[in-house]
Amino acid sequence: MPAIEITDLTKDYPRGFWRKRLHRALDHLTLTVEAGEVFGLLGPNGAGKTTTLKLLMRLIYPTAGTAQLLGRPFTDVEVHRRLGYLPEAPYFYQYLTGREFLDYCAQLFGQAKAERRRRVGELLAQVGLVEAADVALRFFSRGMLQRVGLAQALINDPELIFLDEPMLGLDPVGRREVRDLILRLRAAGKTVCFSTHVLPDAESLCDRVAILNRGHLHGLGALDEILKIKVKASEVLVGQPTPALAEALRALADGVRAAGDKLTLTVADEKLYAVLDCIRAQGGRLLAVNPVRASLEDYFYEEFGTEKVPELTGGV
Amino acid sequence: MIPARRWLPMVLLVGLVGGYVLVGVQHRVDATLAEFASGGQLLYLSSPEWVKRLAMGYDGLLACLYWTRAVQHYGRQHMGTVRQYPLLYPLLDITTTLDPELKIAYRFGAIFLSEPPPHGAGRADQAITLIQKGIRHNPDYWYFWYDLGFLYYRGLKDYPRAAAAFAEGAKNPQAGPWMKVMAARIAAEGGDRRWAMFLWNELYKSTDNPYIRKNARDHIYGLQADFDIEFLEALLARYQRTTGQPAASFEPLVAAGVLRGLPLDPAGFPYRLGADGRVRLDPQSPITTSTRGREP
Amino acid sequence: MQRVAAIALNTFREAVRDRVLYNLIVFALLLMGTAILFGQISIGVESLIVVNLGLAAVTFFGLAIAIFIGIGLVYKEMDQRTLYVLLAKPVRRGEFILGKFCGLGLTLLVNTALMAVGFFLALWYVQRRISLPDPSLLAALYFIFLALLLATALALFFSCFSSPVLSAAFTFGLFIGGSLADDLRELGRMVELPWVKMAGDAVYYAVPNFRNFNVIAGVAQGHPVPAALLWQNTAYAALYIGLVLAASALIFQNRNLK
Repeated sequence: MPAIEITDLTKDYPRGFWRKRLHRALDHLTLTVEAGEVFGLLGPNGAGKTTTLKLLMRLIYPTAGTAQLLGRPFTDVEVHRRLGYLPEAPYFYQYLTGREFLDYCAQLFGQAKAERRRRVGELLAQVGLVEAADVALRFFSRGMLQRVGLAQALINDPELIFLDEPMLGLDPVGRREVRDLILRLRAAGKTVCFSTHVLPDAESLCDRVAILNRGHLHGLGALDEILKIKVKASEVLVGQPTPALAEALRALADGVRAAGDKLTLTVADEKLYAVLDCIRAQGGRLLAVNPVRASLEDYFYEEFGTEKVPELTGGV
Repeated sequence: MIPARRWLPMVLLVGLVGGYVLVGVQHRVDATLAEFASGGQLLYLSSPEWVKRLAMGYDGLLACLYWTRAVQHYGRQHMGTVRQYPLLYPLLDITTTLDPELKIAYRFGAIFLSEPPPHGAGRADQAITLIQKGIRHNPDYWYFWYDLGFLYYRGLKDYPRAAAAFAEGAKNPQAGPWMKVMAARIAAEGGDRRWAMFLWNELYKSTDNPYIRKNARDHIYGLQADFDIEFLEALLARYQRTTGQPAASFEPLVAAGVLRGLPLDPAGFPYRLGADGRVRLDPQSPITTSTRGREP
Repeated sequence: MQRVAAIALNTFREAVRDRVLYNLIVFALLLMGTAILFGQISIGVESLIVVNLGLAAVTFFGLAIAIFIGIGLVYKEMDQRTLYVLLAKPVRRGEFILGKFCGLGLTLLVNTALMAVGFFLALWYVQRRISLPDPSLLAALYFIFLALLLATALALFFSCFSSPVLSAAFTFGLFIGGSLADDLRELGRMVELPWVKMAGDAVYYAVPNFRNFNVIAGVAQGHPVPAALLWQNTAYAALYIGLVLAASALIFQNRNLK
């Protein structure tokens, strides 16, 4: 049984003063996520990632289409007992402490007092907030709030977890911790579906991804499958080339970058041996040859053109 | 989102049933409250000086509000079944403290207060206190002296004081010249009905306020009817003396040429001659202020 | 039910941790203190003034709390997006509305009780003796509490679809309108046009009739509150609140969170 089964999910937002014009935020999205997967929703801002998650969480209502979560209609209140959700840039009650907030969340799942105390303590330790547990949330930093958000998403030990931009606003250590957390969840047999516009996160975590742009699904599958077809060039690093060699290489390579006394060449596969021969003939120092694995960045660049790329950053 | 066709019938049903029951409950509350609230009238602040202090400069505005409340209180009680005016004097007192020159409040107030029940509070004493306050604050307004004299004359039947009030008012150069005459006549002849008639006439002429004019006219009609009835009864007595038998109606008098026609009261209704030989007003006649025409 | 209780308690906790609440209570108690002063200025009506001013203070400061907290109940959670976390959990939207209402209701209960204590202290002070509270005064306080609950339901209702400022204006407007409802009807009856009279009657029955709950003047004069009014007002408040909450839940149910 798939964990998530989305069929033709569509969302229009009314726009303009009379709310007559419609803006389609999500256009007939259909996809399936298997149980036990770590699934990534990828795309630039405004791609429809958050809209998809909010639809599944019943925060907004679809214009058309439907979805099944864990084999039940997503509108079924009972199925939400088995879900966890971290909203994008989450906001919580300012006047509560971290411990109180988590306890409140646990109450909504009908947990008994002793169980709540145990579970809240456990989660506070898991997200590293033990010391700050009794500080009011209004004093929390962005990163601390994100941790509280993760903790509340896991309060009911959910089978299926939705995380909207879980790494947003975290420092490198925090990002690493979230990454480890997601991997731990997968190891425990949970299904995780998270959205991100940060590529390395998706590359390092996801079994499969869906690539969204402007409400449309543009690719679905393992990242390798989507990107494999794009691997057809190599990067050649040459040390201390003579001016004559540099001149000859410039003529052969597709791209040349000089850094210090090194040259980095981008070479199409069919010309790779010609380049290597040239270096050997002229007595140049060959430092490295690497296959260029196209990144999501390249994918987006090719698919959607230049206008969308600046929003899709390749890291922090 | 639940589609409208699924919730609309439910909403209409709940709204209709709920609304129906709500109106029913409200009817019961109305009935309970009507009983409870009838006695529960109250002036939160009864000290005029403190109201004035709290008005913080908006005395005029507040005076208007209190004046409106006084009129409403009068109107509401007048229309109701109780016909008592417990708050009338305090409200008027506060009004005139807030705006001591609000002359209409003194004059109206004096009428409301002094008219005998059910048309007024029957408190000529309070009316006099109010008018005296008006005189203190508006010494040049000679009508108040006239009002004061009238209140003594009619309300308290205190003729010496009434005469004194008219004499005092007559000192004002703008006062009507008849004020002096009134002072002298009342001092000499006391409660003669002719002076009452004259006073009401002057009051009628002194204002163009429709309420005051109507009230004055009613009293003039009443007094006129009293004059008429006395006159008619005198005629009937003379008729009996000359013919040796009482008249059963006015017709023999008309036939004898003593009356020019069947006598009508000032409101245009025929006078009635009772079997006891007494003349009364027609039951339909609107005149309420006549003392003789309504005797049983 | 447990979820409703959890939301209610959390709402109560939010109100209790808000400083505005304490300011309002302090103001109300101060006002009752002034009532004592007022009583000393005028003669023979000390307890009358304390009752009138004290109960009016309970009403208006309670109303201020009901409105100021009520208008934010749903709007603030939507605006600050704290609702996202909540509604993604197995919580029905109707449960959220009911929980919010109960939470503020609890706040108002505690609050009215506090002000009532202050009120009785002031009353005992001017009466120079401590006696059992007059049942009519307790009834008057109970009616005030019912009126506050009604105002809360209205504020919550408006909070489901309009901004706080507008919600406050609507709620306060309905409070004023509902307090003057019978005057409006009288006005309609004075005009001798059948449709004006009908409109006046329609308004009278449609608006929340806050006049029903105001027995202050009569109670101050020592008139006993009729027992029938207890159940009538309770029924009226329960019914009206029920309808308003149902409408709120319906509107909120169909809302997309931003």
